[in-house]
Amino acid sequence: MKIETLHYSKSDFASGQEVRWCPGCGDYSILSAVQKTLPELELEKEKFVFVSGIGCSSRFPYYMNTYGFHTIHGRAPAVAMGLKISNPDLSVWVVTGDGDALSIGGNHIYHLLRRNPDINVLLFNNAIYGLTKGQYSPTSAHGTVTKSSPYGSLEEPTTPACFAIGSGATFVARTADVLVKHMAQLMAEGYHHEGTAFMEVLQNCQIFNNGAFDSFLDKEVREDKTIMLEHGKPLIFGKNGDKALRFNSQTFSLEVVETAKVAPEEILVHNAEIDNPVLHAMLSAMKGPDFPVALGVIRRVKKPVYEKLLHQQEEDIIQSKGKGNLKELLQGGETWRIDDAVVDPVLLQ
Amino acid sequence: MKRITDLDAEIYDNYEQDQEKRIQELDQVTIRFAGDSGDGMQITGSQFSATTGIAGNAFNTFPDFPAEIRAPAGTVAGVSGFQIHFSREEIHTSGDFADVLIAMNPAALKANHKDVPRGGVIIVNEDAFTPEDLEKAGYTSNPLEDDSLEVYHVVPVPITRLTVEQLKDVDMPEKEKRRSKNMFALGIAFWMFDMPLLPTEQWIEKKFAKNETLKKANLLALRAGYSFGHMTELLPIHFRIRTAHLRPGLYRSITGNQAISLGLVAASQLANVPLFLGSYPITPASDILHELSRHKNFRIRTFQAEDEIAAMASAIGAAYAGSLAVTSTSGPGLALKTEAMNLAVMAELPVLIINVQRAGPSTGMPTKVEQADLLQALVGRSGESPLPVIAVRSPADGFRKAIHAMQIAVKYMTPVILLSDGYLANGTEEWKLPDLSDLGDFKISFRTEIEGFAPYLRDEHLARPWVKAGTPGLEHRIGGLEKQNITGAVSYDGENHQSMVQLRAQKIMNVQKEVPDAVVLGSGRSNILLVGWGSTFGVITDARLELAEEGIHVDQVHVDYIHPLPANLGDILRRYKHVIVIEKNMGQFAFWLQGMYSLQVEKFNQMNGKPFKTSEVMSIVKALRSNI
Ligand SMILES: Cc1ncc(C[n+]2csc(CCOP(=O)(O)OP(=O)(O)O)c2C)c(N)n1
Ligand code: SF4
Ligand SMILES: [Mg+2]
Repeated sequence: MKIETLHYSKSDFASGQEVRWCPGCGDYSILSAVQKTLPELELEKEKFVFVSGIGCSSRFPYYMNTYGFHTIHGRAPAVAMGLKISNPDLSVWVVTGDGDALSIGGNHIYHLLRRNPDINVLLFNNAIYGLTKGQYSPTSAHGTVTKSSPYGSLEEPTTPACFAIGSGATFVARTADVLVKHMAQLMAEGYHHEGTAFMEVLQNCQIFNNGAFDSFLDKEVREDKTIMLEHGKPLIFGKNGDKALRFNSQTFSLEVVETAKVAPEEILVHNAEIDNPVLHAMLSAMKGPDFPVALGVIRRVKKPVYEKLLHQQEEDIIQSKGKGNLKELLQGGETWRIDDAVVDPVLLQ
Repeated sequence: MKRITDLDAEIYDNYEQDQEKRIQELDQVTIRFAGDSGDGMQITGSQFSATTGIAGNAFNTFPDFPAEIRAPAGTVAGVSGFQIHFSREEIHTSGDFADVLIAMNPAALKANHKDVPRGGVIIVNEDAFTPEDLEKAGYTSNPLEDDSLEVYHVVPVPITRLTVEQLKDVDMPEKEKRRSKNMFALGIAFWMFDMPLLPTEQWIEKKFAKNETLKKANLLALRAGYSFGHMTELLPIHFRIRTAHLRPGLYRSITGNQAISLGLVAASQLANVPLFLGSYPITPASDILHELSRHKNFRIRTFQAEDEIAAMASAIGAAYAGSLAVTSTSGPGLALKTEAMNLAVMAELPVLIINVQRAGPSTGMPTKVEQADLLQALVGRSGESPLPVIAVRSPADGFRKAIHAMQIAVKYMTPVILLSDGYLANGTEEWKLPDLSDLGDFKISFRTEIEGFAPYLRDEHLARPWVKAGTPGLEHRIGGLEKQNITGAVSYDGENHQSMVQLRAQKIMNVQKEVPDAVVLGSGRSNILLVGWGSTFGVITDARLELAEEGIHVDQVHVDYIHPLPANLGDILRRYKHVIVIEKNMGQFAFWLQGMYSLQVEKFNQMNGKPFKTSEVMSIVKALRSNI
C-alpha cells in the first residue's frame, strides 16, 4: 500500500487552508517550492512534520497537508528536538523567521546546530519583523528605518550563515524566494544531508521591507552581484563568468579578480566538504558592493548525528546491561526485610 | 515516647557492672553527624540510616549541605550535616532537635550545638580543636575547656589520632588515612546504639571492591570506632531502640527525588511507552535528571536542554511524537517554562512538569526549604490556563504521585504540575517496596483510526485524541492559536473562544473524579482542624500525635490534590470552628481555599528556609487554645 501512496503530487501536500500571506509575499514561492520538493523525496507523507515558531513565516505548517506544529516564538528548534529524539524516523522541518530564529530563539537555534540532529531548518529571512507589522530585526541593515527605529536602526546586522557556521553547523546553504528551481534543489539536498541542514531563504516582505535584497537579487544585477557555489567548481561569477574569487594569503582574505587576467589555478575551487570552516565563513560573509553574495551550499560536512548517538547508546546499554527490570530497579540500593517475627538487631551481626 | 533527654542525668554517673543493665531502651532518637564538607558526613549519615532501617526501625533523614560548594575548610559556612530521626514507631519528620551530635570540628560544633537540647550527648573530635581551627570557627576560647557546654554530656574523643594510629600498617599517606575518620565516628555511633556493623562492612566491600587499600582503611576505621566505644566505656551506658512495629515486607531507603524518578520509570514500564525527560539542571531538582539518566536500558530518554524553556518545549515535542513527556525543575525554572506550558494547555498534550520548590524569589536560597511556588503553579500563566496541580507529601510518596500525575496527564490530555520541595527532595525515609501487581495498569491507546477523526474530538472526559505524529492518514496541525472545538481549525471567533476557555476549565475540573476524598486524621471530634499540603504532612502529623499524648485533641487534613481539590474538602472545612492552614509561605494555600470555598481560615506561616519543627506546630495550637 505504501509503495502506491508514494506517488505523491504537489497538491497532496497542500492542506487546503486558505493561505493568508499578503499578496506578493515571498513566502508563497517558498511554500510552492516545498510542496514541489516533498513528492520527489519518496517518503511517506505522514512522516513529514513541520514545526514552526511565530511570525508570518511560521504560519507555514497550516498550509501543509502533513503533521504540523505551530509552536511559540523562537522555540521551534526545542520542540523539534523532543520530536526527533522520540521518533527518529520522522522528517522534521523547522520553519522560522529572522526574528524567530536569531532574536528570541537564538539560543535554541545555536544549540540545535551544535547538536546536529537530522533536522532541516528553513529560515525565511526578510530582514524585518513581518507579523508584528514592521520592526527592524537582527538581520536588518544598519540604519533601517522602521516604526521602532524611525531615525534608523543602530545595530550591526548578523549574517545567518556565519552564525550557523560559528555554531558548528554541518550543512549551511543560502537561496532566495525568487530562485524557484534553486530553492527546490537545495531543499532536496538539505533533506538528504544527515545532520542539521540550515537553509536561509532570502524572502521579500512586500509590505514592510520591500526590495531589501534587490541590490543583488534584481534580475538586472543578479549575475554580477551573486555567486552560485557548487562543490568542486571554480568560484566564477558575473556575466559570462568574467569575475572570479581568489584567496590572498598575505591579507588572509578573498578578493575579486577578472577571470581572464589570472591563471586558472589561482581561482578558488569551492570545497563545501572541508572540515575547516574558515573559508566557508568568508564566503558566507561576502556582501556588496565589493563582493558577490554567495548562494548555494556553502558547507556540507559529516558529523555524528545527535539522535543516532542517543539511540545507539540506548541499544548499547540494553545490550550490556540487559533490558531494564522494574522489580530489580526498585530493589536497587540497599534493601532489608522486616518479618512478622521480632527483629533483634544484635542477631544480625 | 522515651528519648535520651528524658533520662536522668545521674544515669551517666552510676556505673553498672552488669553489661545488660547498661543498655537503656529508648523509643526514638535523633542523631546528627556534622563536619566539614570534606569530612564525608553525608555518606556517614546515609550509612547510619540504612542500618537503622535494617535493624527494623522507622527513620526519616534530612541532609544539610553548605550553600557554597567550596566554602573555606574549617569555617561555619563549610559545615555539612546529616540528621537521622529513628524510632520504633512510624515517624514523619527528621526531628526537631539532635539528641546526639557528632561534631568533627569546632565549626560543626558551633553551627549545630544549639539544636541539641539540654541533656543531649555531644561527641567531638578533640583533635580538630586546635587554636587555628577554633579561630576559623570563630571561637575566642575553647568550648571544651570553658563551661559553655555544661548542659550537655560532652565526650571528647581523639578521632583523627586514633584513626591514623589504627591505620598505621596501611600503605597510604597520612593525609589519606585521616580521611577515614568518618568511619571511625560511624563506628562509635553504631556502638552507642547497639547496631550491627555488618551492613556497612558489606557496603564498604562493595564500594571499594577495586581498591584494596581504601577498603582496608575504611573497614579498620569503622571497627576501631566500634571497639573504642566498647572498650573504653566511652559512655557508661549505651542505647537500644525497641524494635519497630513496621509492617512486614521488603524495605529500602529513598529520597523524594529518587521516588519521583522511579515512579516515572514505573509509569513508562506500566504503559509500555518510552519516557522522555527534558530538563535543565537546578538545585534541588537536578537529581531527578541524574537518576533518570542512569536508566537508559528502560528506554528512558533524557535530554539536558539549553534552558528550561527548551526543556519544556522539547517535552512538548516528545509528547507530540507519543512519548510520556516530563520536565523537571525548581521555581525559577518553572517561571521560564510558563509560556511553553501554555502551549501544552492549548495544544492539549500530556506533559508532566515537576517543580521541586526552593526558597525564592529569584535565586533566593537554593538549598533551603519553602512552599512558595504554589500560586505560580496554580495561576502563574498568561490567559485562563487551568491545569491539575498535585503535591507530594513525603519522600516515598513521590513514587505513587508521579505515576498518578502522569496517568492524569494522559487521560485528560493536559500538562500536570507535580510539586515537591527541597525537604522531600533530599530527605529520606524507609519505603516499603510496592508489589508490582498493586501498581494498577496504565493503558494508553493512541488514535490510529482514520474514520471519523478530528484533532479536537472529545471523549467522555473532554480529552482530545492522542495521535502520534507519523500515524498514517491522521496528518493534522496543532498550535498555540485558539482552536475551533472538534475540528481544531484556527479560530478568532469570540464566542468560540469563550466556549473553549470554559471547556478547558471543565476538562480540568473533570479530573476531580481521579482525586481521592480528603481524609480527616484524628478523632474527628475536635473543633480545630490543621490543614497542610506537601512536605508539611510529617510535621503536622507528629504535632497532632504529640498533642494527643498531652491530652490535646486536634484534627488534621492533608491536601495532596490542589487543583482540582478533593470533592469532599469543602464540607470538611466547614465543619470546624478553627481551620488553621500551615504552610511555608505567606499563606498561598489559605488564599486558594478562601477563594474556592468563600470561608475564613487562620494561617500559620514561616519562611525561615527550614522545615517546621514539631514543637512550633504544637505551640500554635496551644496558643490558639489559650485564646479561645
Ligand atoms: C513571546 C512573544 N513575544 C513576542 C511576540 C510577538 N511576535 C510575533 S512574531 C514576532 C516577530 C517575527 O519576526 P520574524 O521571525 O522575522 O518572522 P516574520 O513575521 O518576519 O516572518 C514577534 C515579535 C510573540 N508572539 N511572542
Ligand atoms: S507582512 Fe511581509 S512577510 Fe508578512 S505576509 Fe505580509 S509580505 Fe509576507
Ligand atoms: Mg522576518
